[in-house]
Amino acid sequence: MTETVLGQPTFTGIAFFLLFVAATLYITYWAARRTRKTAEFYAAGRSITGLQNGLALAGDYMSAASFLGIAGLVSLRGYDGLIYAVGFLVGWPIITFLIAEPLRNLGKYTFADVVAYRLKQRPIRTAAATGALITVLLYLIAQMVGAGSLIKLMFGLPYEIAIVIVGTLMIAYVLFGGMLATTWVQIIKAVLLLGGATILVFLTLYQFGFNYLEMFSNVTQKYGEKFVQPGGLITNPIDAISLGIALMFGTAGLPHILMRFYTVPDAKEARKSVFYATGFIGYFYILTFTIGFGSAALVGQEIISKIDKGGNMAAPLLAEALGGEIFLGFLAAVAFATILAVVAGLTLAGASAVSHDIYVGVIKRGRADEKQEVKAAKIATLCLGFLAIILGILFKGQNVAFMVGLAFAVAASANFPALFMSIFWKKFTTQGAIWSIYTGLFLSVFLIILSPTVWVDILKNSQPIFPLKNPGIVSFFGAFVAGIIASWLTKEKEAEEKFETEKIRSYIGIGAE
Amino acid sequence: MRKGILNSEEFKEIVRGKNAISIILTILELLIYFGFILLIAYNKEFLSQKIYGPVTVGIPVGIGVILMSWVLTGIYVLWSNKIYDEKVSKMKEKIGGEL
Repeated sequence: MTETVLGQPTFTGIAFFLLFVAATLYITYWAARRTRKTAEFYAAGRSITGLQNGLALAGDYMSAASFLGIAGLVSLRGYDGLIYAVGFLVGWPIITFLIAEPLRNLGKYTFADVVAYRLKQRPIRTAAATGALITVLLYLIAQMVGAGSLIKLMFGLPYEIAIVIVGTLMIAYVLFGGMLATTWVQIIKAVLLLGGATILVFLTLYQFGFNYLEMFSNVTQKYGEKFVQPGGLITNPIDAISLGIALMFGTAGLPHILMRFYTVPDAKEARKSVFYATGFIGYFYILTFTIGFGSAALVGQEIISKIDKGGNMAAPLLAEALGGEIFLGFLAAVAFATILAVVAGLTLAGASAVSHDIYVGVIKRGRADEKQEVKAAKIATLCLGFLAIILGILFKGQNVAFMVGLAFAVAASANFPALFMSIFWKKFTTQGAIWSIYTGLFLSVFLIILSPTVWVDILKNSQPIFPLKNPGIVSFFGAFVAGIIASWLTKEKEAEEKFETEKIRSYIGIGAE
Repeated sequence: MRKGILNSEEFKEIVRGKNAISIILTILELLIYFGFILLIAYNKEFLSQKIYGPVTVGIPVGIGVILMSWVLTGIYVLWSNKIYDEKVSKMKEKIGGEL
């Protein structure tokens, strides 16, 4: 393979993309007429089935960065790419066992609903929404910057134009179609991504007579035995565990993922939806792993790293090599769709933290009617959407890879511990929650700045002040310790009494909305 | 009424059963994943051994972590659908769905 049309707008690529945009805008139009009340805007009227939500959860989670990035990582570093992918899956069982059902039974629209269930509304909602917003913003910036560069690589579109297109479409979905449109955008994207990756794997395996051994032999002959052995990704065990904690519990603290559990009618559907999601995401990572190996074998590392140093174009190059320009066009459009769906989910989650938690919960002290709240949510969507576009352009060319790791660390430390303790611990108090959230937030942000990831790689100092690349292990346990100590020091009788009702509602769903 | 539910044997059994299965499966998942990480950190040689042709031990182990995570969520959902839901609906019937 010597020539590639990658980096130029192709007719098929544009055609597939326009088809996707037309279909999703039609859905948005359809959803807009069903999106008037708050339960409709935030939670699609709780009308989504378990399987649909499973696909939508997978759609929210499988970003273009993980598809192109992990395939690329595998193609250049072999087995280490698989280790990385595994970390992104293992949070899902934790959500299933500990979070999904109580969350669905106790809350209404945001995870702050659950944390604030029996504690003092205003300080808790302020703290929880802060954690949610910081997680969402970090993740959003990383996605936007990634989107701009990926679209430039694939279609040759200028970075700023790509950002504006992505931003405008995501605002349109969320603003007019609320959660219903966002959910269906996720479902379509998940089906396209899983379908596209499956076809690509099928075409790859066809080259090897549907025999994985042939493919492994091919790559080990080309790149040596090292390719199928663990390499340099994990050298320091504490570093690896720290990242592992952030990925595992961070997944269980991502606001846009947690919010999805309110779109199903009850806890049973919530539980089923995580099972489907885990299956889809696991299957997706196995496909991605195969695509990485396939592109190393059939395209070759030299070409892959020549086009993009990080290997991000491994999957599109493989698609072109095996399915020609048409399949490349299809896959490029799917990657574009993937970016759009993820940022739409994030924007909705961020907007609801602003409107439901801050505006209604804190400013209006819980006294706002349906109309006012939907209006606030729409204004928040617009503001957050524009902010995402501006930040995407401001951060052009910056190294934002660490932001995903930081978003997971914040989610694991600020969001998860407080949510977990509020569900399971009777003596958890308002002060406990506040200390837990702010400690987790502060530690994860402060320590990552002092870590090799930022202090050395970005700020160009020679020695890190904090030794670990991801602060997860310190900030996660730190948030628990702070929450426990503060709760011990401040007894809250009212909260303890309300725990009884909470327990009944959490376990058997009486009173759930 | 609330006290009645909380102190009833049925409710205590529901909570005990649910907590037990949640804790056991969570610990299993933690062992599987962090076991995998520690294995990579401390025993790369083991994972680098060939088992079949070019395939190293690490490949089925890595894929296995993904599959086991899914299987564990499957066990949880199956248990909940079969046993937990039935107990909950019996309890709800008894108290009439109101507090």
